[in-house]
Amino acid sequence: MDFTFPKEYQLLRRMVREFAQNEAAPIAREIDEQKEVPRALIDKAAQLGLLGVPFPQKYGGMGAGETGYCIVMEELNKVCGSLAVIIGGHIGIGATAIYLDGSEELKEKYLKPLARGELIGAFALTEPGAGSDAGAIRTRAERDRDDYILNGSKIFITNGKLSDVVSLLAVTDPSLGVRGGVTAFVVEKAFPGFSTGTEEDKMGIRGSDTTELILENCRVPKENVIGEVGLGFVTFMKTLDLGRLSLGAACLGAAQLALEASVKWAKMRHLFGKPIAHKQSIQFMIADMATEIEALRSLVYRTAWLVDTGQPFSREAAMCKLYGSEVLHRCVDRAVQIHGGMGYMRDYFIELMYRDARITEIFEGTSEIQRYVIASDIFRQEGVRILP
Amino acid sequence: MDFALDEELRMFQKMFRDFAQNEIAPLAEMLDREERPPLETLKLAAEQGFLGAPFLEKYGGSEIGTIGYCMMLEEIGKVCMSTAMIIEVHTSIAAMCLYLDGTEEQKQTYLKPLAQGEKIGSFALTEPGAGSDAASVQTTAVRDGDEYILNGNKIWIINGSIAGTFIVFAKTDPEKGARGITAFIVEKDTPGFTVGRNEKMMGLRGVPVTTLFFNDCRVPAANILGGQEKLNQGFVTAMKALDYGRLSVGAICLGVAQGALEAGVQFACEREQFGGPIALKQAIQNFIADAATEIEALRYLVYHTAWMVDQGQKYTREAAMVKLFGAEVAGRVVNNMLQTHGGYGYTKDYPIERMYRDVRASRIFEGTSEIQRFVIAADILGEKGLKIRP
Repeated sequence: MDFTFPKEYQLLRRMVREFAQNEAAPIAREIDEQKEVPRALIDKAAQLGLLGVPFPQKYGGMGAGETGYCIVMEELNKVCGSLAVIIGGHIGIGATAIYLDGSEELKEKYLKPLARGELIGAFALTEPGAGSDAGAIRTRAERDRDDYILNGSKIFITNGKLSDVVSLLAVTDPSLGVRGGVTAFVVEKAFPGFSTGTEEDKMGIRGSDTTELILENCRVPKENVIGEVGLGFVTFMKTLDLGRLSLGAACLGAAQLALEASVKWAKMRHLFGKPIAHKQSIQFMIADMATEIEALRSLVYRTAWLVDTGQPFSREAAMCKLYGSEVLHRCVDRAVQIHGGMGYMRDYFIELMYRDARITEIFEGTSEIQRYVIASDIFRQEGVRILP
Repeated sequence: MDFALDEELRMFQKMFRDFAQNEIAPLAEMLDREERPPLETLKLAAEQGFLGAPFLEKYGGSEIGTIGYCMMLEEIGKVCMSTAMIIEVHTSIAAMCLYLDGTEEQKQTYLKPLAQGEKIGSFALTEPGAGSDAASVQTTAVRDGDEYILNGNKIWIINGSIAGTFIVFAKTDPEKGARGITAFIVEKDTPGFTVGRNEKMMGLRGVPVTTLFFNDCRVPAANILGGQEKLNQGFVTAMKALDYGRLSVGAICLGVAQGALEAGVQFACEREQFGGPIALKQAIQNFIADAATEIEALRYLVYHTAWMVDQGQKYTREAAMVKLFGAEVAGRVVNNMLQTHGGYGYTKDYPIERMYRDVRASRIFEGTSEIQRFVIAADILGEKGLKIRP
């Protein structure tokens, strides 16, 4: 047991923090209002290697593993939810699907430029009738000689508009369903028949686009199948496991900022003749925030260690997402409360954090789905198979 | 004991519900998007007598009693919290100060036009250094002949940019703290009085919230609310009006929670996942059961407290409970109903997204939850002879 971060991770954290503080923090409000993260900011992140953190260097990545990627997500989400979500959609799920099960050729062709930030990735699973029930997708992929022809639509896709390349799940054999009948593809946005539809207008993470993708007789070469035909659901679920861990890390960063801002405010804001830090109601909110954040930090980095040492981590990743998003919700809620009226005003960043945070309990598997994943894993060990 | 609504209240309820559904609900999304107050709705509400609902007819009111008034706020809150808050601050706090402590002449001159909706009222207490600690207002009012000269700033004032009549609290005896504060009736366009820009907020974007600036603003001494005998007693007036306001906010929260529950139930019955409506899932059922239970408890806390008011009983503790419990219940219910909506709840295609941003204010304004807890505990411990400080 050793809980200290090795030197290289400390350096990585310092580098990301500097970038986040200097480049992203000053424009976080503008990003929310303009509904766009400036391309220059993404490019700058790419120059620093932040668009390929967990992947090996031979695939254009930083080679920092899941631990390094969690550090990056923690620091980025501390200052800008939209930027963190863009990078999360790009690395955490989009490129990761290719990294986990893609052929060497696919990795060479797509993962490398994705990891270097020359291309932006996305991950397309959700459909109008398939949200939490991901197995109910209907997007169809039919074989036609050396190609597949894809038809259907995907909704709520992070980076749907921004991305160049999409890891996308479609049904290749309706008779088999998710067990052998679903396949993952890499689809280039430039492929004919692939277009974007409605962009959602959201409560928060407004700088990250959430967009519909439409496939109309879109031809995808068979070489773009990720892994084996029929096993795409497994690839996507493994990808989401990793995504959940990094989302937990992202929640950790924002929760930490909510705490730091609240402490600062409580020291500064005088009421009844003294700083409100002297009020027990405030003190206990701070104590609860700090305790939950500490527990979350341990959970996140211990799970990252499980991944980096090749151990099973599915249950723990779901815990990171579930606990992380709920801790974050409680922390930003308390931060608004401690800031009083100021916390409700758009002049101040706490208001933005409150809106941005609420998505984390919903996307990439709602809290209810995480609870199902955790419970089903526990019951499986007891010989009981539960259904969602 | 009789918990049934009488014929008249049932009729009122239907009238309020129809008005809210037909006139207010269709505008709610636009008010949020355009960040503007519903002036057209306020005009219609005035014609219906909804802007002076609890006041006596001789003061231009509709005399429907506090239970009826709470039902009105509940129905409006269900469809648009912004509209409900504008009417609440106008009626329950600003006009109520005049109703409770104004002189007969002031009631005729200032309350009547408010109750008839010819003017909108506003209540100006909060300052940068006086939020929860309302007694430490720094705005001063210095006597000069037959006038007072007001200087200072008020912040986060609801209805600031649409009000014609303001109840402004200022220090008339700086030595004396809360016992040195006087309430003044200040008309819009009084020289030396200016209104700042509308604040940009997380939610309640239909509510105009502004800063008020007083720079050597001269107000006739006759505009001391309640006349000369109420000099230095403004804080008492404010606290009495805020009691009524807290009950009213609780009624709005009841409506918000009820509206959210109805939206969540409808979504849960229509949205199919895993081969059936998500309403078949126990997690969703638990959200619904908890929400309905808390709403039921809140409803009767609101109505009971309203009944106490109409019976002329002391209700400070209960009003704080209504505000505290109402805001917390509404917050939980809206949150869980948003969760029920899944990704759709995070988009502006469904009203629950707006409700989530709107409702967050309810634990903050008109006394934070922490202040309500203090008021409740102080009242309880006071009965044991223990005087506690915030």
